[in-house]
Amino acid sequence: MKARVHVTLKTGVLDPQGKAIQHALSQLGFDGVEGVRTGKVFELELTDTDQAAARERVQQMCEQLLANTVIENYDIEIG
Amino acid sequence: MQAAVIVFPGSNCDRDIAVALERASGQRPHMVWHKDSTVPEVDLIALPGGFSYGDYLRCGAIAAHSPVMRDVKARAQKGTAVLGICNGFQVLIESGLLPGGLLRNESLKYICKDVGLEVETHDSIFTRRYRNGQRVVFPIAHGDGNYFIDEDGRRRLEDEERIAFRYCDAMGQVTPEANPNGSVANIAGIYNRERNVLGMMPHPERLADPLLGGRDGAAMFDGLVEALA
Repeated sequence: MKARVHVTLKTGVLDPQGKAIQHALSQLGFDGVEGVRTGKVFELELTDTDQAAARERVQQMCEQLLANTVIENYDIEIG
Repeated sequence: MQAAVIVFPGSNCDRDIAVALERASGQRPHMVWHKDSTVPEVDLIALPGGFSYGDYLRCGAIAAHSPVMRDVKARAQKGTAVLGICNGFQVLIESGLLPGGLLRNESLKYICKDVGLEVETHDSIFTRRYRNGQRVVFPIAHGDGNYFIDEDGRRRLEDEERIAFRYCDAMGQVTPEANPNGSVANIAGIYNRERNVLGMMPHPERLADPLLGGRDGAAMFDGLVEALA
């Protein structure tokens, strides 16, 4: 089973990389980009067979390591 | 005062802090490898600067889960003094011993320079040799030192007098211009609630000898020896 975890900075946490990318996009002539937030994607290969159990385990992985929940949110996709 | 310096793969200020501690205490610190499961009985545990585990995932995140950190956490909770400098501060944050987060510098640049710091309070084993409001100069050298904490958290740190140092200008004023990395409220270092754990981005050990260009940092180590001997 595969799991995909998206980790992004929480609203209100400054994202200097996102700001730099937004600036570069406008330099390239892409108008109308009002904001850019960067993040990370983790693709996990799991031996789990039960989706709910897998989700619970991945959630624990996020809480303990993959995200710093003080500054980051995470989102889990299973399957 | 007997100290231990924790060494992670990628630590690069472990010898600097060991030299500064030995100069102040006359005792050579134990150098403890990250794979050791216990730290010897000591008065102070130092987590040095560097790039532990290549800064993979988030700075300090992998080191925070290395075998030795379990014992460091237990000791800190029992009251042993713990000092984390630069990457050591990031490890303390990631291990949950200190609140908040350390983000990429606002400028996105790695910054290596001497900065002014205001000593917020001398009420700690780390800062007892400084005066309240004293301006000191320590170097910074980091790419991810932008301290973040939410409003409630910041207020709590201020109410509990847990901010150790703030970035300040040449006149000792804490201004936005004096903030090198975008940290909330110019915060450069913080204590835990019990005040036995200090994490800070600037490097007192790098200006603790006249040969290095200054010795503002030496008072921290002298104060620790006085408090913990």
